[in-house]
Amino acid sequence: MATPLLEVKALSKGFPGVKALDAVDLTVQAGEIHALMGENGAGKSTFIKVLTGVFPRDAGETRLEGKMIAPKAPREAEMLGMSTVYQEVNLIPHLSVAENICLGRQPTWFGAIRWAAITRRARAALARLDLSLDLKRQLSSYSIAIQQMVAIARALDISAKLLILDEPTSSLDKLEVEELFKKLRKLREGGLGIIFITHFLDQVYEISDLITVLRNGHRVGCYATKDLPRIKLVSHMIGKDVQEVEALGQKRASTATIRSNRPMLEAKGLGRKGFIQPLDLEIRPGEVLGLAGLLGSGRTETARLLFGVDRPDQGTILIDGRAVKFNSPRAAIRCRIALTPEDRKVAGIIPNLTVRENIILALQASRGTWRRLSVPEQEKLADRFIRSLDIKTPSREQLLRNLSGGNQQKALLARWLATEPKLFILDEPTRGIDVGAKAEIEKLIQSLRQEGLAVLFISSELEEIVRQSQRVVILRDRRKVGELAEAEISAEAIMQSIATADTERTVA
Amino acid sequence: MINWVSDLLFWLFFGAILYSLRHQRIFWTVGALGLLMLFNQFFTPGFFHVQLLDGHFYGSRIDVLNQGAKVMLLSLGMVLVIATGGVDLSVGAVMAISAAVSSRLLVTEHQPAGIAIAAALLISVVAGAWNGLLVAGFGIQPIIATLVLMVAGRGVAQLVTEGQIINFLDPTMVYLGNGHLFALPFTVTLVLVMLILTLFLVRRTALGLFIESVGDNYEASRYSGINAMQVKFLVYTFSGFCAGLAGLVACSNIKSADANNIGLYLELDAILAVVVGGTSLVGGRFYLVGAVVGALFIQALTTTLYARNVSSDVSPVPKALVIIAVCLFESDVFRARMAPLFRPLGRIFKPLGSRLPRKLVTALRHDSPEP
Repeated sequence: MATPLLEVKALSKGFPGVKALDAVDLTVQAGEIHALMGENGAGKSTFIKVLTGVFPRDAGETRLEGKMIAPKAPREAEMLGMSTVYQEVNLIPHLSVAENICLGRQPTWFGAIRWAAITRRARAALARLDLSLDLKRQLSSYSIAIQQMVAIARALDISAKLLILDEPTSSLDKLEVEELFKKLRKLREGGLGIIFITHFLDQVYEISDLITVLRNGHRVGCYATKDLPRIKLVSHMIGKDVQEVEALGQKRASTATIRSNRPMLEAKGLGRKGFIQPLDLEIRPGEVLGLAGLLGSGRTETARLLFGVDRPDQGTILIDGRAVKFNSPRAAIRCRIALTPEDRKVAGIIPNLTVRENIILALQASRGTWRRLSVPEQEKLADRFIRSLDIKTPSREQLLRNLSGGNQQKALLARWLATEPKLFILDEPTRGIDVGAKAEIEKLIQSLRQEGLAVLFISSELEEIVRQSQRVVILRDRRKVGELAEAEISAEAIMQSIATADTERTVA
Repeated sequence: MINWVSDLLFWLFFGAILYSLRHQRIFWTVGALGLLMLFNQFFTPGFFHVQLLDGHFYGSRIDVLNQGAKVMLLSLGMVLVIATGGVDLSVGAVMAISAAVSSRLLVTEHQPAGIAIAAALLISVVAGAWNGLLVAGFGIQPIIATLVLMVAGRGVAQLVTEGQIINFLDPTMVYLGNGHLFALPFTVTLVLVMLILTLFLVRRTALGLFIESVGDNYEASRYSGINAMQVKFLVYTFSGFCAGLAGLVACSNIKSADANNIGLYLELDAILAVVVGGTSLVGGRFYLVGAVVGALFIQALTTTLYARNVSSDVSPVPKALVIIAVCLFESDVFRARMAPLFRPLGRIFKPLGSRLPRKLVTALRHDSPEP
């Protein structure tokens, strides 16, 4: 067998109080897509960061094409041929595409930038991905998917031998993922080694050749993708038996608990120009209404209108039959509506406040400035939710930014549960969190429903929508294109609805 | 002999407070002040000398409290503004406006002191509200929004005084900056009362939480139902009020309103005090007591240099060096390397710290919720 492209032996890394990586091995051959799987906190990101020199290693050795390497900074790793593209696009939105590709290694001539050379190089880098973009256009004017491609092009520009993709697909929709995978396959044929990190099992099975599973900083094992059944993979990741895992996923929600036919919230012809076309919605107590559609189909926009973040310019919202107008989230909260936003970092967490403060925030805001919750009350409330939602934190006084994604999400759920809402809008509540936390959140949604809450559930994962909802509204191109109820709900039916719309568009 | 005993008591008390704050963010600010005082104890003759004259205390330490009052008052407003992620550059100019308005009403318009003071404070609140409107209402960058008033404010003050320096002798106005209460300068009481009021306002209500939340993540605070715009408006308005008060003290100190010089560059001292006090300019967590101690530190430094006959032309240089050192010590990274040097001190002050009144300790700790 030829020398492997990358050979990592017994890589270890400890942080104060935790062993983040414990003697992890990994071998990647040229022309191979190697998936790195594990729950949040399993050590995937740490592994990448130690590998590329963001963090110093405690022990272990790395060989690239048989040569021992020990990069001390990501830049050095790039020079050696290991490039990383991170989850969040790490480019500069206000610079042009070409500038972004060459930034930090601009060809110069006596200190002056050689623009012609930059353009040439950028074009060559994009050509490798079969992309032709306007090199002079500002990066931010392109979609996130294209920006991601530019980030990959940038990584490849440095004559990369190994490409590391950390959750590259978490903000892409299905078609964009397809497009990305096409490019990755092409790169694989060209002999590039790729390490691919994701939470999406489907994608791993679609693209990867081998899977290495990490759990709690240990390597569980390395498997050929085609020989590893999905259920086995999940059980390796969460460290539970196959039977237990099967039990997690099978339950299909029933309608037994819908309490009345009177909707809790009704939207009639609700819309906003250039934002979402007028649509009707009804959500009843004790019901989960799924909102399905591709990314950018208007799901989040709908949620924002219902929560008063943006103002509708037509239509009405009725709460328990009474017409209301929301000028701000405050007004919506007064009607006992809660929302966890799609983008946790931007609109959800207050990173430098404690878990306790984050949990009581919405309740305190609805009580106003003067009726402050006393510290013991706050502590009681926080402890209650930390326990009932099983938020993993060393203490309630821990800063929220130090928690993992799943636990941050749980803290946000706690923040809203503390306000005892009647309608809970969940915008992608399971995005970017691990399998275990995901199952817990799904369970929570069902128990809320049983208690008689109305839930509006937005998700990109069709399976999740199918499992959770009693009714599903389907959006496409910022308008409602269908509604399914009960027995009609299936992933195929939703796909059908979205896809039909897509063919229509091509015809038009 | 008396001095020797009182100095010892001072140091025991100071050390005890310091020890009780050892896990708090403001430890480093108080510690810096302590080091500076320790330096003066040994190397600046007469600095610790306190004299009782006509039932009033006099001495360098008293001067620090009295002269530092202006920046301490400013820092109360500034720390809240900075906590929301903003900055208020206009406080110096607002001081000048406040001084101009009060002296004009007092001298030119022959109004009683009460009215002059009330009007000056009202105008300052309006000035602060103007900043708040620009920042919160129109979404202008705080640095630009408050720069408007920083530049224009002195012009306004000049208009009010008609370009004159107005001198006054009104006993009430003179008392503000020169009078004594409880054997100490009146300004000490004024600052203390303002500090307690502000502490009450932000820590006994939910306002402090809202301010920190808005400063840390504006968008998420809005989603959580906080009236983020109102919070921002409020802190600028409050900062205007504090500046007005400081302006009154400043003109009272010199018994005249000089629109060109009152409060000049004090906005910078106030920002510095907030930073030395442990609050980050990015916004979020803030330390109210820290900011006041920071202001005290800056004044102590100025007074020290003055007492050591460092000419005022060169004094900014040592001042800058010391402030850099303080900021270094407040950095977690730097401190982690220096930690072993400080262990022995704990042994001396531990028994004393545990004997401090519980109330005082919790009151101080309450200001800095982070463990």
